[in-house]
Amino acid sequence: MEITYVYTKKRSEFGSQCNFTDRPVELLVDILPDPTVAASFIQRDLCNMPVQCVQQMSEHEINTERLETETEGVNHVEGGWPKDVNPQEQEQTTRFRKKVEKEESYIASLTILGSLMEHCIKQNNAINIYEEYYEEEEEVQESTEEPPTAKTLHVLKDPNDIKRTATSLSWHPDGGRKLAVSYCCLEFQRASKDMSFHSYIWNLEKPNKPQMTLKPSSPIVCLDYNPKDFHVLAGGCYNGQVAYWDTRKGSQPVEMSIIEQSHRDPVYKVIWLQSKTGTDCFSASTDGQVLWWDIRKLSEPTERLILDISKKGTLDGAAGATSLEFETTMPTKFMVGTENGMVIACNRKGKTPAEKISSTFCGHHGPVYALRRNPFYPKNFLSVADWIARIWSEDTKESSIMWTRYHMARLSDGCWSPTRPSQKEPTLSVKVCDEALYSLRVQDNGHILACGSQLGTATLLEISSGLCSLQRNEKALANEMFERESKREKILEARRRELRLKERGRSDQGKEEEPKEAEPQESTEDLVARAEKEFFQAIESERKKREQEQQKLQTPISTVKVEEAGKLVS
Amino acid sequence: MFLEETLKRIQSHKGVLGTIVVNAEGIPIRTTLDNSTTVQYAGLLHQLTIKARSTVRDIDPQNDLTFLRIRSKKHEIMVAPDKEYLLIVIQNPSE
Repeated sequence: MEITYVYTKKRSEFGSQCNFTDRPVELLVDILPDPTVAASFIQRDLCNMPVQCVQQMSEHEINTERLETETEGVNHVEGGWPKDVNPQEQEQTTRFRKKVEKEESYIASLTILGSLMEHCIKQNNAINIYEEYYEEEEEVQESTEEPPTAKTLHVLKDPNDIKRTATSLSWHPDGGRKLAVSYCCLEFQRASKDMSFHSYIWNLEKPNKPQMTLKPSSPIVCLDYNPKDFHVLAGGCYNGQVAYWDTRKGSQPVEMSIIEQSHRDPVYKVIWLQSKTGTDCFSASTDGQVLWWDIRKLSEPTERLILDISKKGTLDGAAGATSLEFETTMPTKFMVGTENGMVIACNRKGKTPAEKISSTFCGHHGPVYALRRNPFYPKNFLSVADWIARIWSEDTKESSIMWTRYHMARLSDGCWSPTRPSQKEPTLSVKVCDEALYSLRVQDNGHILACGSQLGTATLLEISSGLCSLQRNEKALANEMFERESKREKILEARRRELRLKERGRSDQGKEEEPKEAEPQESTEDLVARAEKEFFQAIESERKKREQEQQKLQTPISTVKVEEAGKLVS
Repeated sequence: MFLEETLKRIQSHKGVLGTIVVNAEGIPIRTTLDNSTTVQYAGLLHQLTIKARSTVRDIDPQNDLTFLRIRSKKHEIMVAPDKEYLLIVIQNPSE
């Protein structure tokens, strides 16, 4: 609606200045509310609106560059003596002391202090005032409740620009404060010319820079600390040579083996042997040989073993070895894992090469990357290959007694936790870093795990104490479990043997010569069929498990195992 | 004389590893340990006692330090301070 105001003015008054006058208030317009308009409005719900009159603030985080620190010490000299007394002179100091002792104030104050002190000493002797009660009970409760976790402690980065894979790790045997990591580019002929050959020893207290460099003439593929002499390290190189270093003597190897006598392929594993002199080690490589060396004389290996299952003794039929294992409690036996998925147990004392190979374990589909014995039950060992980790018992040769599920990624290394003997299911899988993990090694007290990755960073993880400390019944449980599984395997083995005998009996009636040749053929076909069946079974069981997992709570380990065993046997 | 007996008695108590008497400048007057250990204990504990005393007096100026006990994994160090002297005893407390 329009509001207008009208006023009149004489023409002669136009243009004259304004004369303002006061006048009383006059109501111009009065618009009253129109209730009909209210119909097109709805009343809003009451809502609480907090209002705060504060400064706007935001939170930011930054990470500064690493600070390089160094520890230094200062040497103090004795002081405080009065000017006329020379602290070096015994006479003067004793004279001074005697003088002080004769003073009255000394005697008086010390008498008081003496009685005060005696009171406290007697108190200490009477009762332990800081005694901890119920110490033992507390410990037990702590370990079971926490969910397993792992925390990254340090990341050790390869200082070179061109990244190489951290292929092998070895903890220093005395206390585990140092870690030796070997770096090498394992991809065939992809190593560029600028790539450095160095490998490093890191000290955990200074994770920014390696403590020592090892400079071989060819990149090192594997490293091992000598368990008896902590300064000596043995390494196997990419060109097949074996060398050893003494950390006291510097970065160059003390001695290297001659190329003609060494391996023809990269040395994949070097392990020290338990011997009186502490100087024996042996090495394995994909050229099919296992060589024993005495490091005092690296010009020639002391012994040679060719891994050939058909026992012909030549290099042609040999299978390349990719991992070695040796247990100090059984000094004459050792095991080799090969490229075609077999694990061979050998006896060093055998006179002929035929005797040396005592038994073989088949079952993996790809190269065996790692072999470790269980430190608590040396008859059982773990082998890690492409997608699966298997646990074997020495007595049952046909197949492994337990195996994990087929994992998503390829497993390249594995080892036993030295304090928890029953660790087999991945109760915790941690994403350590974005690139592929190449090697794993647990420190001697079991808390810290070092992982080496493809781009050369070694990460140290601290595993939560729930995973590390031994529980009370664990040894007994693990023992039972292993025994049960090995019994199961023995039964299966016996059944299979019976079946085979029956088959042989049947085919014997038909043809006599063929069974021996037909068997290997059959077995490969069998193997293929079995592999397919197992694979599909595994996929199905994996799917079922995934569904179950979502509903599953913490069930005790033994029942889960029985379930798995049941499914896979069928 | 009486003092000698007192000190000897302290040293002969069960678990006592050593006794040191230090003066206000940090000079060990009397000790049952070897020289280098004595000098180390004397210097370090002297400073610690001064710090402890100043702490107590900062909190309450009427207060003063009467005794200082440091328990460590291996043993217990007990310090009885005075205006001019310091009596230090190292003891292995009963388990």
